[in-house]
Amino acid sequence: MSVIASATQGGRIHADHSEGMAYLETLPRRIVTTYIPLGLILIVLLFPFYWMVLTAIKPDEQLIDMQRYNPFWVVSPTLKHVNKLLFETQYPRWLWNTMYVSVAATALSLLASVLAAYAIVRIRYKGANWIGGAIFLGYLVPPSILFIPLATIIQQYGLFDSPLALILAYPTILIPFSTWLLMGYFKTIPYELEECALIDGASRLQILTKIILPLAVPGLISAAIFSLTLCWNEFIYALTFLSSTNNKTVPVAIVSEFVDGDIYRWGSLMAGALVGSLPLVILYSFFVDYYVSAMTGAVKE
Amino acid sequence: MANVAVKMAVSPPGTRRSVSTWQRVSVSKPWLAVWFMLPTALILGLFLAFPLVKGIWLSFTDTRIGRPGAFVGLENYLWLWDDSVFWLSVFNTLLYTGVASVVKFAIGLYLALLLNKHIPFKSLIRSIVLIPFVVPTVLSAIAFWWIFDSQFSIISWSLRQMGLIEQNINFLGDANWARACVIFANIWRGIPFIAITLLAGLQTVSPSLYEAATIDGATPWQIFTRITLPLLTPIIAVVMTFSVLFTFTDFQLIWAMTRGGPVNATHLMATLSYQRGILSNQLGEGAAIATAMVPFLLGAIMISWFGLQRRAWQHGGSDS
Repeated sequence: MSVIASATQGGRIHADHSEGMAYLETLPRRIVTTYIPLGLILIVLLFPFYWMVLTAIKPDEQLIDMQRYNPFWVVSPTLKHVNKLLFETQYPRWLWNTMYVSVAATALSLLASVLAAYAIVRIRYKGANWIGGAIFLGYLVPPSILFIPLATIIQQYGLFDSPLALILAYPTILIPFSTWLLMGYFKTIPYELEECALIDGASRLQILTKIILPLAVPGLISAAIFSLTLCWNEFIYALTFLSSTNNKTVPVAIVSEFVDGDIYRWGSLMAGALVGSLPLVILYSFFVDYYVSAMTGAVKE
Repeated sequence: MANVAVKMAVSPPGTRRSVSTWQRVSVSKPWLAVWFMLPTALILGLFLAFPLVKGIWLSFTDTRIGRPGAFVGLENYLWLWDDSVFWLSVFNTLLYTGVASVVKFAIGLYLALLLNKHIPFKSLIRSIVLIPFVVPTVLSAIAFWWIFDSQFSIISWSLRQMGLIEQNINFLGDANWARACVIFANIWRGIPFIAITLLAGLQTVSPSLYEAATIDGATPWQIFTRITLPLLTPIIAVVMTFSVLFTFTDFQLIWAMTRGGPVNATHLMATLSYQRGILSNQLGEGAAIATAMVPFLLGAIMISWFGLQRRAWQHGGSDS
């Protein structure tokens, strides 16, 4: 946690330092060396989203007539595409599937990682460090080399085309990273607290739920937020394991259900992409710091 | 209560020693560890380790969906060896990974250095930078698909307005343009991760080092190469391993934008594996392509491992 804490506090410590040295740069120089490049990068990073929003609210005739209307702006925006999406397609259903699978897989992997991380850090059985290393290696196995054998296994277990297949498969992506993150948090909790509880007669499970978990809440939030994003984003397993339109998740449904030859499809496609991203972006905006510490924490440990 | 006391061996002799088998199994230290590790072990064993082994086995069979295959030895691999599309996909994957990783690293590091300066709205800008990483890849890939549309591309339109081109560029219809476009989209999506993790690394570098160097008259370039870069090496090694690994095995960006086309020009090994394995129902051949990725991945992990070894002497340890 010291690393993570320093990552979040570092900003503040560092701000003082930059202010201390910043007087060495004059304003025109800073505009050229800092603000202009930063501005350019930000514009490129954000343009696709601007374009997504703009397309989603543009009336059809403005979409394809680029001579009469300036394509970079919209006159008389419409919610037609969003409406069509929500009431004429199964989009709400796909959104619900995505949420259901993400939340269930996140909950399952948090439960498993809390237990595993606690056992590795605190029960310290023989070979705990090796097991910790092996779990981390699981993080480096990409889904693209597993989806074919996993598809045959899913078929054998009778889970094909069931959300349960994803709920059980996604934790393989989430557990390695959450375990690693939580191990870092658990290590920072003083051992003395636990010894006191043991002497007072608490069981290991009580120690975990009454002492360790309340102290590790920031770590749990970080792991949960990051896991949710990973699940929402996952594509290849969802594409391979699900076949019926009803069960699809948003990313798969957008790619497979919306793509017809219609020249006007862009409005609803972009509306679909926008509505599918919004829940994540809103969630992210509330928990930016936790998200960043999850992302950098797992790498820095 | 008694259980804990027995386990901790702090109970004075003579207190209740007779514990049932169940109690011993539920609280003794090794068993406790087993219970705690069980969910993780089950999930990772059944859905990660087992498929990994099964994938290698499948690559030696002619399995199809719904029909168990027979062992065919190296037939799948020999077939792929003579398959020009497979080699094209290897070439594409290496090109994609190489170009995208180098550019992502360069721009990501540059962006991290910019964000590390004293700028207004720093934390807000940092949050905005990460948005491309938060939004699901497929959904932003769809946006890129629209931006690179052959008829209504905003880029073609702008270039035409400026009088730079006469005809719309067929971004995703021409082999080289399509490669450039998917690489661009990958770079766009990967920069935030690299920039923000490197920024976290930069913030741990002690400011006094920079101050001392400035007083000694070091140029900004010297400060960067002699202080920033060496101290950042370990974290660069980890970040770039992740980046290379996930770029090499990328699937969704390509699938959403081009599906490997035009004429296989953007097929990566992962997308070819999906097309052959799932769509054409040649599970064995698809598994062989996936297995062929493993040596490359191991190579990337080894390089990073040796990068991490350098950590020891940087922190004053011995160079073992």
